[in-house]
Amino acid sequence: MAKNSAEIIEEYSDKEYEYGFVTDIEMDVVPKGLNEDTIHLISAKKNEPQWLLEWRLKAYQSFLKQPEPHWQNFELPKIDFQDISYYAAPRQKEKLKDMDEVDPELIATFEKLGIPLSEQKVLAGVAVDAVFDSVSVATTFQKTLKEHGIIFSSVSKAVQEYPELVQKYLGSVVPYSDNMFAALNGAVFSDGSFVYIPKGVRCPMELSTYFRINAGNTGQFERTLIIADEGSYVSYLEGCTAPKRDENQMHAAVVELIAHENAEIKYSTVQNWFPGNKDGTGGIYNFVTKRGICKGNNAKISWTQVETGSAITWKYPSVILQGDNSTGEFYSVAVTKNKQIADTGTKMIHMGKNTKSRIISKGISAGEGQNSYRGQVKVGTKAENARNFTQCDSLLIGDRCGAHTFPYIESKNRSATIEHEATTSKIGEDQIFYLNQRGIDTEKAVALIVNGYAKEVLNHLPMEFAVEAQKLLSITLEGSVG
Amino acid sequence: MLNIKNLQAKVEDKQILKGIDLQVNAGEIHAIMGPNGSGKSSLASVLTGRENFEVTGGEVSFDGKNLLEMSPEDRAREGLFLAFQYPVEVPGVSNINFLRTALNEIRAYHNEPPMEAKEFLRLTKEKQKLVEFDARLTNRSLNEGFSGGEKKRNEIFQLAMLNPKLAILDETDSGLDIDALRVVSSGVNKLRSDKNAFIVITHYQRLLEYIVPDFVHVLYNGRIVKSGTKELALELEEKGYDWIKEPAATASV
Repeated sequence: MAKNSAEIIEEYSDKEYEYGFVTDIEMDVVPKGLNEDTIHLISAKKNEPQWLLEWRLKAYQSFLKQPEPHWQNFELPKIDFQDISYYAAPRQKEKLKDMDEVDPELIATFEKLGIPLSEQKVLAGVAVDAVFDSVSVATTFQKTLKEHGIIFSSVSKAVQEYPELVQKYLGSVVPYSDNMFAALNGAVFSDGSFVYIPKGVRCPMELSTYFRINAGNTGQFERTLIIADEGSYVSYLEGCTAPKRDENQMHAAVVELIAHENAEIKYSTVQNWFPGNKDGTGGIYNFVTKRGICKGNNAKISWTQVETGSAITWKYPSVILQGDNSTGEFYSVAVTKNKQIADTGTKMIHMGKNTKSRIISKGISAGEGQNSYRGQVKVGTKAENARNFTQCDSLLIGDRCGAHTFPYIESKNRSATIEHEATTSKIGEDQIFYLNQRGIDTEKAVALIVNGYAKEVLNHLPMEFAVEAQKLLSITLEGSVG
Repeated sequence: MLNIKNLQAKVEDKQILKGIDLQVNAGEIHAIMGPNGSGKSSLASVLTGRENFEVTGGEVSFDGKNLLEMSPEDRAREGLFLAFQYPVEVPGVSNINFLRTALNEIRAYHNEPPMEAKEFLRLTKEKQKLVEFDARLTNRSLNEGFSGGEKKRNEIFQLAMLNPKLAILDETDSGLDIDALRVVSSGVNKLRSDKNAFIVITHYQRLLEYIVPDFVHVLYNGRIVKSGTKELALELEEKGYDWIKEPAATASV
């Protein structure tokens, strides 16, 4: 006879996290602790200009004054900011000239994660920036991109090579004073990606950054800055994994997107940080501030996220719709199982005329997972004819999980149209039995149902990654049947 | 093909099957009739292995194998098909993708390679035509937004695609207008052969005018109380079930 649901859940909550290995490599780690000396040290290691050091120090002052947020739908765990090391980098002998000089151990690590870094092996049409703990170790397809005038490099490198661009845009969308974690990131951010697409250029390939946390007791504080100049287009994707460890690790990133007139930025995330074990021990605290601005008319920013990992995911990729006729989109699938928590959603701030936003959020909760959608739609006085459509669906698997919805809608313009739809459903035994009766086993049945449910969002991922994301969803939820 | 001996089953604490005996051979069509709550759909559920139905006694062999020991998916893979009374909707999963997964799972069970896309497409077209299934529904999400009739027709389309040995039609006629009934029945008639068999569960004799059974059984209070040929169905239509109920009620004490 078939196993009952409880047995299947039991069996699979033990399922190993596939990317939980540790790379044994000599590391340069700064001592634990957060103070001005740490910031001086990080800045010096990166040979940063004076203005950036000062900016970091101001961010640190802001961090000290920021209150802990308390509006979220979970209890913020006590975080000892002095018990974290804020910089960890694999030790490299000399400056790298090309890929051949990257430590083979690192190349092997990324290969194991399915991210080959040698250009012969990479996915055709995808340029990758690989970030290992605090530093970028390799960026592929540099030459091809340069021919189009596209800058795709680590932020550290961009600070050295294009300081005026970095200085102009850094903190322009997410100021360090925005929130506690943005301030912390401003003070100690180490690396991340920098993208600049010149006027009228359509980026010929997907740009992608792969973030890997390896060292223990460290945090990863990356900063990503993407600028799409007038009439340009770029599609960018980030992926993340980390080893299994018993202690929680912090990942507090800041991402800023700037889309000028007629430009379009498509930003996709497949987040699979270590989620902790089935009892809720360990896992990544993924506290991230992501925001984009449609600065010019007819600009478009689209966020797509598939969030399956992390002990706690806390993020709201948002769009400020400043230019007239600009568009903001947010497509999200967030999965929580075991004791995972996700509090995620978006903010759409309509400022320009005829601005449009679209929010599709699909939460999937299994085990004892808690999933909250929190979204804000704000229409300013000048945003004539602004339109928003929000659809927010929750899927429950089993009877110990939770789904919550917190929509905030604020309109100061009478001509605005705002729609909000929400549904909650359960994977029914009826659905599973129906598929079983056609010869499909329960694992495959759940995968089919979940992927069907998430399809509307997965369709917005770049093709190369949609298949990966589908597999990830299936693996993540194997057995969580109710 | 199917051999049921003294099958007893309960749901929670309620005994719903109280000793069923039935033998179905290849090439045969058996109709199971009976009033509401007599155990007709429960028999289908027990045979296909639905959770919550606990077998408390008896044996069922299917092509010589012990059916009751198999998981629901293995029963399906062995060639047992249930056309559901209430087919469920699965949003976002396309009918065609679902069928392809099902077909290839069944093939894998029999150590056959997945069907080539081209061949699958050809099969789909052929079967659509055979059972007069609207091609537009093939690419829609599985049963989502289908009318009652479209759902039932989809069951018959799936039946045609998966080509099982034994198909149980659970009140496939309920909720169908006369045209849909004609289409569904003619689909079944085209699919029947001397290698497969059907169990047709129905309330009404009407369906049996289209799908002519070799045997008719009347199920009442968890037992088969009367068996006969297609004339029995006509008799039931005429007299109702009451004349069956009375002797059964005394016999069951």
